[in-house]
Amino acid sequence: MSTVPVEPVVEAPRNYLNASYGVKSWLLTTDHKRIALLYLVTITILFFLGGAFAVMIRLELATPQGDLMTPDTYNKMFTLHGIIMVFFFLVPSIPATLGNFLVPMMIGARDMAFPRINLLSWYVLTIGAVISISAAVMGGVDTGWTFYTPYSTTYSNTYVTLMAVGIFIAGFSSILTGLNFIVTIHTMRAPGLTWFRMPLFIWSHYATAIIIMLGTPVIAITLLLVGAERTLKLGIFDPALGGDPILFQHLFWFYSHPAVYIMVLPAMGVVSELITCFSRKRIFGYSFVALSSVAIAILSFLVWGHHLFVSGQSVYAGMIFSLLSFMVAVPSAIKVFNWTATLYRGSISYDTPMLYAFGFIGLFTIGGLTGLFVATMAIDLHVHDTYFIIAHFHYIMVGGTVMAYMGGLHYWWPKMTGRMYPEGWAKFSALVLFVGFNLTFFPQFILGYLGMPRRYYAYPEEFQVLNVMSSAGATILGVGYLIPLVYLFWSMRYGERASSNPWGATSLEWQTPSPPPTENFTVTPVVTEEAYTYSHEAPEHV
Amino acid sequence: MSDTATVPALQEHVHGPLKHQFDDIAQQHEADTLGMWLFLATEVMFFGGMFTGYSIYRSQYHEAFAAASNHLDLLMGTINTGVLIGSSLTMAMAVHAAALGRRRALIICLIATMVLGCGFLGIKAYEYHHKFVENLVPGPNFHFEGNSARETEVFYSFYFAMTGLHAIHMIIGVGILAVLTFYAWWRGFHPQNKHIEITGLYWHFVDIVWIFLFPLLYLVGHHEK
Repeated sequence: MSTVPVEPVVEAPRNYLNASYGVKSWLLTTDHKRIALLYLVTITILFFLGGAFAVMIRLELATPQGDLMTPDTYNKMFTLHGIIMVFFFLVPSIPATLGNFLVPMMIGARDMAFPRINLLSWYVLTIGAVISISAAVMGGVDTGWTFYTPYSTTYSNTYVTLMAVGIFIAGFSSILTGLNFIVTIHTMRAPGLTWFRMPLFIWSHYATAIIIMLGTPVIAITLLLVGAERTLKLGIFDPALGGDPILFQHLFWFYSHPAVYIMVLPAMGVVSELITCFSRKRIFGYSFVALSSVAIAILSFLVWGHHLFVSGQSVYAGMIFSLLSFMVAVPSAIKVFNWTATLYRGSISYDTPMLYAFGFIGLFTIGGLTGLFVATMAIDLHVHDTYFIIAHFHYIMVGGTVMAYMGGLHYWWPKMTGRMYPEGWAKFSALVLFVGFNLTFFPQFILGYLGMPRRYYAYPEEFQVLNVMSSAGATILGVGYLIPLVYLFWSMRYGERASSNPWGATSLEWQTPSPPPTENFTVTPVVTEEAYTYSHEAPEHV
Repeated sequence: MSDTATVPALQEHVHGPLKHQFDDIAQQHEADTLGMWLFLATEVMFFGGMFTGYSIYRSQYHEAFAAASNHLDLLMGTINTGVLIGSSLTMAMAVHAAALGRRRALIICLIATMVLGCGFLGIKAYEYHHKFVENLVPGPNFHFEGNSARETEVFYSFYFAMTGLHAIHMIIGVGILAVLTFYAWWRGFHPQNKHIEITGLYWHFVDIVWIFLFPLLYLVGHHEK
């Protein structure tokens, strides 16, 4: 050692971002943090693509007549909006970006259990997305994102098979991510990190992974059978042969209802972290919040029949599915009440992530409660296939998942990039998003209740005022998403440098530098206490 | 696990080198095995979708399914069941040989498994060919003598979808075995032992799927002949 000359002073400490450079070092990386950023770039592109289709829908609906596009084009627009947003943005959104980045860090591991499979999952999603986008470019699909038979198998002349192949492939990306989460959480927790000391973010991702593992294969086989029916002329859903198109609906919703919880459970995990950090208080009822995630995962598989109340399902089956759907509200409500109780007498600060968390709680509650409306058979008869349903699930998926995703992105941005985002702009855009969202989707509750059906490109004149409100709101919403896109990019270069723990948070990912070194921790942490040991002191900023 | 934990050299021999993200070999082995079991759980759900559909139609179209089932080649199906169970035996022997470090025995067992797997696929292809000749492949040319011809086409749709998907899994399995044989042959099998064990899990799973498919497709109508 003594013969080695003194090394020159290195300016930036080694971290995962400057450990190596070049396109290859990113495309062949097995570092879960870099893979998270690859996912972030991919799904951001897909989000704005899906958003572009929504713009077309809202433009067409600004006037009662169908004047912007043909009915066929309109059908393709809402189909592509749904497919891109559900399968290529919402399902991977929080797990693949924040989850990928944080799950190993929060449990004190150096990486996922299967780093190469983790990279593979990104490639698989990208390939699936490319195939689906090619289907869109070649002529699109007009079945709706639900692919209901027999229309999708027998009558539609659009690129259904190619689109199904794209979604089928993307499903494997989910499965590989979920598999990695479960194995990592089971086998790689740091010494002393028992199950009931884990951050709630980990609990919710564990529950999500269970749903992914049990649900995704079912949509895979269902879409495969639709494809086989179109190409090989098998007759599994074909009524002409005695097949039953309703069987498709059962199989489809067996995945696609739990998929709602694939989208919203990780969001709940994010919100649990935000609420406790910005109230400077231990989470209220930790074990209830943790186990309610598992309860939601289990119950989510028992409620799919509430999508079939008007499909000719027996009324007794409908009653049971209705009751079970009400039961899912219980663990969801436990979470909302516990977050509220955490706020009580907390030392609350209104930083941007917390604004998004508040947005989530309010909007998710509206979305959840209207979910009870539609789980009631009598009301569902009235609002089924109307804009009421559209408003309901956008309150869950956009008002819930996307709000939490934005909140989480801001909260962990300093950790991911080593830079702070501009707080003023961030608060402003959070406000714009909240206003834009409500203006877009609240009128749709009323429209639906008054009887405007979904998936029509024209409507009676008396619905125009509410539709114009909705389209105007969508414009504001679009601006609200573009502002963060600009300032987050800006902050990567010009943002203030972040300390290792700008929020004064307690979980493990904050106990290592920002951005973290490639191996996450220089010394494997030993955990001696639960995740949320907050005292009432205000955080010291930056 | 505890008996091997005391001998790190043997562990590396059995489970391959330690990857950077793990603390010790035992943790790595636990993760690898759990990963494969979870994957098999997704496979159960994957095939489960079709088994559900099959069960529903079988209860609805009982007679059609029995009549259609009787047109399958029971002899060939039975032989294939035997071939597949034999391949499970050789696969289990391969895992055993790998654990004991017997390279020659391992290679022989892997090749035997592949041969039996290909034999199964060959017999399956022969059966498919027969169904094609007899116009029992769903589509415009489907033709079935009898009362409930319409519903028998649903049966044959399931027959081809389920056995076809099973065959695809077999082909993937044979491919993996070929790669493992290649590695065992050229590089020595030291780093691959856990791969052989995990591939064994997959192979046995695919066999078990057939154990369910055989009675559901070939035997359901036999007593009504």
